[in-house]
Amino acid sequence: MSTTAHTPKQDTSSSVKMLRAMLGIGILSAFLIVSAFELTLPRVEKLKAEALEKAVLNVLPGTESTRAFGISPQGELIELEKGDTPEYTCYAGYDQNKNLVGYAVEAAGQGYADLIRILYGYDPKEQILIGFQVLESKETPGLGDKIEKEQRFLDNFKALDVGVTPKGRLKNKVITVKQGEKQNAWEIDGITGATISSRAIGNIIGASTTELVPILHAYSLNMDAPDRHEKPVKSNE
Amino acid sequence: MRPIGTKNQLKAMSKDTITSGPKATTTDEFIKGLWRENPVFVQVLGMCPVLAVSNTAENALAMGLATAFVLLMSNILVSLLRDFIPKQVRIASYILIIATFVTVTDYAIQAISVELYKSLGAFISLIVVNCLILSRAEAFASKNSVGKSILDALGMGVGFTFALFCLGAVREILGNGSIFEWALFPEGFQNWIVMILPAGGFFTLAGWLLIINVIQTRKVKS
Repeated sequence: MSTTAHTPKQDTSSSVKMLRAMLGIGILSAFLIVSAFELTLPRVEKLKAEALEKAVLNVLPGTESTRAFGISPQGELIELEKGDTPEYTCYAGYDQNKNLVGYAVEAAGQGYADLIRILYGYDPKEQILIGFQVLESKETPGLGDKIEKEQRFLDNFKALDVGVTPKGRLKNKVITVKQGEKQNAWEIDGITGATISSRAIGNIIGASTTELVPILHAYSLNMDAPDRHEKPVKSNE
Repeated sequence: MRPIGTKNQLKAMSKDTITSGPKATTTDEFIKGLWRENPVFVQVLGMCPVLAVSNTAENALAMGLATAFVLLMSNILVSLLRDFIPKQVRIASYILIIATFVTVTDYAIQAISVELYKSLGAFISLIVVNCLILSRAEAFASKNSVGKSILDALGMGVGFTFALFCLGAVREILGNGSIFEWALFPEGFQNWIVMILPAGGFFTLAGWLLIINVIQTRKVKS
């Protein structure tokens, strides 16, 4: 273009000015971002821990105290210590009389937008799922995020069948079916308008329960007396 | 047919040059963004977030407020640094400044409430690509004092939030039968699912643009 021809030759001082401006703004940006991160980090971590604790109480109704476990690749439950990051984490919930209410299990999988992290409550006595909550998701607001809000969908998880065979395997894998087509106790009634997200929940729960429910079921059968070493909820932050 | 946006954008741009001149009063810098140069209904700017997140009134309002905050902060910084930034690297500098404030907003919302972050988290990062913010930095903040830039950002921010709310309210009422998740209609109401799907965004925007243009044309005629 003609404007290019008339552009005066840039001297060193203008290059220095450009560099100075970009560098200056870059440093200012870095400073602002790091300050915001550092300032908010303690509160963000505290809020996240509180949210997790609330979620455990939500998916295991009637829980008064909790205890965190990791599940080893050999299928054993190990008590968690600070800094441990096992492949699977679950929380045992106990009622007022120290009786086991159930296990809250963390699971994750690919959703429509990004990874969805969920927590579900498992009752080993009745062999059903008794609660469900989304911990983290980036599903489309108003559409995919119905998996967190729609009561009709959440009602699926009040008594979802995850029975175990005598051989220690899940009887039926949990799956999501089309809205209104649920016929069996192990099926999740999907959501029109959030098809992919509701199917993703079915897949996440299906995969996680197939692997972990038999382990938790066997573990709870082995436990004769209720555990007396659980910590109160407040100290589990 | 002539596209509605182009005509209005030209009109808005020419008005912008008038109001940015020495005759413009201080209050005018604030008021112009609310109606006469409304970023959505008149300038037709930032359509990506407008169409994507106006499916419920709550989402629309939250997105509008978050955008207004980023707009205000970036306008202030761009105006402060306007003599320091050479014109060859101005766009890169503005993008850097906008992205910084979007990240800061993201952290701040995380620290305010997990619930709020859960409902907003997905589209906070969309603010970086909102051309409304870049256009105000380029067309206004880089040429005007900090005070005027603040008023401009507040006016445009409120105007943007208002427009988003207009779209979000209509889409939620028709698509979900509720407003702010309060049910409005009796049991038998059949929700217009299309209104909360992407197509509904276009229908609602077209409807509002039609109404605004009819009002503007009548005003000019009278």
